[in-house]
Amino acid sequence: MDYAANLAMTLPELVLALGAIALMLVAAWGGPAATRAVSWTAVVVLAGACIALTGPASSGGSAFYGMYRADAFAAFAKVLIYAAAAVSIIMAPDFFKRTAGDNLRPEYPVLILLSACGMGIMVSASDLLMLYVGLELQSLAAYVLASFMRQDTRSAEAGLKYFVLGALASGILLYGISLVYGFTGSTLFDEVAGAYAAAPLTGNGKAIGLLFGLVFVFAGLAFKMSAVPFHMWTPDVYEGAPTPVTGFFASAPKVAAMALGVRVAVEAMGPAHDQWRQIVIFAALASILLGAVAAIGQQNIKRLLAYSSINNVGFALIGLAAGTPEGVASVMTYMAIYIVMTLGSFLVVLQMRDEDGQPVETIASLAGLSRSRPGLAAALAMFMFSLAGIPPLFGFYAKFAVFYAAVEAGLFPLAVVGIAMSVIGAYYYLRIVKTMYFDEPTAPYGRGDAVEGGLIAVAAVIISPLGYLLIPALTAWTLAAANSLF
Amino acid sequence: MSFPILSLMLAIPAVAAVACLFLSASAARWTALAATLIDLALGVVLWTSFDVGGAQWQFVEYAPVFGRFAWALGIDGYALLLIALSVFLMPICIGASWQAIEKRVPEYMAAFLLTEVLMIGTFAAQDLFLFYIFFEAGLIPMFLIIGIWGGVNRIYASYKFFLYTLLGSLLMFIAMLYMSITAGTTSIPVLLNYDFPPQVQTWLWLAFFASFAVKMPMWPVHTWLPDAHVQAPTAGSVILAGVLLKLGGYGFLRFSLPMFPEASASLVWLVFGLSAVAVIYTSLVALVQSDMKKLIAYSSVAHMAIVTIGLFAFNAQGIEGAMMVMLGHGLVSGALFLCVGVIYDRLHTREISRYGGLAINMPRYAILFLLFTMASIGLPGTSNFVGELLSLMGTYKVSTTIALLCTTGIILGAAYMLYLYRRVVWGEITSEEVRAMPDLSGRELWLLVPIAAAVLWMGVYPESFLAPMRKDTQILLARIERATPAGDSRPTKGTGIVPVAHAETPATGHEAPGSAH
Repeated sequence: MDYAANLAMTLPELVLALGAIALMLVAAWGGPAATRAVSWTAVVVLAGACIALTGPASSGGSAFYGMYRADAFAAFAKVLIYAAAAVSIIMAPDFFKRTAGDNLRPEYPVLILLSACGMGIMVSASDLLMLYVGLELQSLAAYVLASFMRQDTRSAEAGLKYFVLGALASGILLYGISLVYGFTGSTLFDEVAGAYAAAPLTGNGKAIGLLFGLVFVFAGLAFKMSAVPFHMWTPDVYEGAPTPVTGFFASAPKVAAMALGVRVAVEAMGPAHDQWRQIVIFAALASILLGAVAAIGQQNIKRLLAYSSINNVGFALIGLAAGTPEGVASVMTYMAIYIVMTLGSFLVVLQMRDEDGQPVETIASLAGLSRSRPGLAAALAMFMFSLAGIPPLFGFYAKFAVFYAAVEAGLFPLAVVGIAMSVIGAYYYLRIVKTMYFDEPTAPYGRGDAVEGGLIAVAAVIISPLGYLLIPALTAWTLAAANSLF
Repeated sequence: MSFPILSLMLAIPAVAAVACLFLSASAARWTALAATLIDLALGVVLWTSFDVGGAQWQFVEYAPVFGRFAWALGIDGYALLLIALSVFLMPICIGASWQAIEKRVPEYMAAFLLTEVLMIGTFAAQDLFLFYIFFEAGLIPMFLIIGIWGGVNRIYASYKFFLYTLLGSLLMFIAMLYMSITAGTTSIPVLLNYDFPPQVQTWLWLAFFASFAVKMPMWPVHTWLPDAHVQAPTAGSVILAGVLLKLGGYGFLRFSLPMFPEASASLVWLVFGLSAVAVIYTSLVALVQSDMKKLIAYSSVAHMAIVTIGLFAFNAQGIEGAMMVMLGHGLVSGALFLCVGVIYDRLHTREISRYGGLAINMPRYAILFLLFTMASIGLPGTSNFVGELLSLMGTYKVSTTIALLCTTGIILGAAYMLYLYRRVVWGEITSEEVRAMPDLSGRELWLLVPIAAAVLWMGVYPESFLAPMRKDTQILLARIERATPAGDSRPTKGTGIVPVAHAETPATGHEAPGSAH
């Protein structure tokens, strides 16, 4: 296979990498004055990467000697990632402009582009080391983004915490990779899968080595997904990072980590299905439970949304536990709907500010929002009911898809326990609605940005019952994506 | 029928609900009233053009726009009657809120219109998941209605209502997923004739029971109801008691019985046992209430228990009686809540002891309240008599003990309702506040008189209401016949007329087996 074909398949990553480098140069020469231009250009670059996906990048098959997969699954995940990244760029300028402290610098969109490039590599990787490179590129950019407000101690703390724990997780992941490599003799997914299929997974020493490798790899990935018990960093980082960055963390990297986890589970470790299923089921139920229970006592909306993201990852993992093409399709459906709900919620959080424009993050400050800003309150209420999975909002369909897959795979106890625990989650989502609708008003928020208002409206329309009309397209697309893995 | 009348009935309140949000308070009131009246008119059209004894499913619409499930609507006789009840009560609810609700009127009207959409949708849905969406979505507007416009303890009540009903419904959701995967279809009419293995049926039945028993509500999961009723605004209570409680009974009728006949038969003891406890226990609890709304709420639980025993009697009298109790109770309890609302609007208390002697200064009110009290007791000539008699007759055929226990509910019902009426309406006026209360206004008469007319109509000529569901009951009975439990009452046919000597034709064919010459 010649280089031209290989490069054609990796075109989205090339667009992003070259775009990021070019914009970096513009930023270096242009300085802070160029921020707005760089931001919008970065959105254009992301759109370009999306267009680049239409070619061989979504159907080319294998590139670079089996290290990179250009299939429908990667393409679907990349569309979600790029869209979330673009929204994260768009929602930043207004926040930084009015928040005391640092102004937005043109490095912000560049870092998001680099992160998106790393995520693209993650979801396309079909080699353990390729996976690691993509993951590190994404993570390193994210560490910087978390501490982007240099004069804010909470932001610095978030960055440091993220970095230290992220490095630990990378170490665990690398250790797992080294074990897998040592016991299978390869880092390519196909050959790893062959080794898992060949070796009996019980009894002998080799089996123990393979299982340990599997466990460590999943532990490392669980950290990136922020699945329990590797979720500890999430609330602190989400709370400390600037809100647009938190919105970014809660959307794009989650999709990437989830897609990566799915690909590793299905392509590299498919034959060890029974082994990893136990891990996934535990992580799913633990995430749902802890994400729900721990959120109840939160006073800070960003911490609450952090636990909500943990909770939602648990539900998405139920689809992975099914392990069928329908299960994988349901995970991707879940993530697609999840990022709309979560970005919408963070866009609303961005509107929470006092008269001077300083951000307010307490849930109590939402009191009586339905009277001072009825539209905003209605949108947030929709996102909350949707995250809780209450019909007729579209979030219900996300849960429908994963539980359908789980029941189809015969996992009845998992489905029953999982859905029963979603009632606990409903409680704290209701608490937000209660604060906005039932409580007496407090000080009203300042006026918001028109672009952000438009994005909230778009998200609300997708989440509304009108979203159900998207189901046929979404089903066809996610099934095509899932089938490309099997 | 090609004209999508059911979709139109859903679309009108939905559009009006959105419109209300952008209107002023007074415009929102008129919009809501207009939309509900149009739906009422459409409901009349629906009933008059319903072909009694015709096809089982009429006004069928089908559009597979959701991929995994479909926009499938259609009604049979049961659904028709319950939709009629919904559209009949809705304009009354809007009217009852005309002056009582002063704050955030547009949102209030939008929430009520949304509730109407979801209720009609639940009864008309022919797709399993479409049904679930409508069924479950009803929680959102009701949560807001109780929480925003409710009484002092409204937040606790709204949470309890939401989380209680949500937990029950979610188990049903898993069962629905299993059913649609196993049967390979989400169509309710197809599933109605699909035979699940008896072992599986029991699990599915229990999952559905978890949902419907909470919704119904059955003892011991009824505790959300008194809280929700007491805290909800008057119109919220009317719609809750009038229609939302019927979702549970409708669910048993539509899903539990025909889809899982064996499981229903084997678990009859559970339904009967809980119902018998409910009738006696909640009636006694109602007897000691000092809050009018709470009293009526507990009486609702007792009446709903009569519905469940009738449904699980596995015979035509029981099932038709249960439907009649549902319709009658929808009207009567709705009217009773309105009656409470009328005096609550004047004195702003629901304490029974604060009233007394209303017959002296509010004669029109006293007459109407008396009518609804009698209807609630089940006096012949009113709607509830027909239903309760049929339901208990049906139950008697299956279990004489349960019939005996549940009939005591009628006596206790008379006790607590008459006791309530005596304390509120009879006697001397004890306080000046009560003396100052004016009689029913024109608006209030407009709310109560139509219900009173319907109550009498149902009591005097129940055939209008029995006819549409007769064929559906036969279809249902044919479906569940194979599982019908043996009764303990052993009814024997009568001896017939003793033939006289000079009879023109020997009555050979008419002689019952028990007749001995």
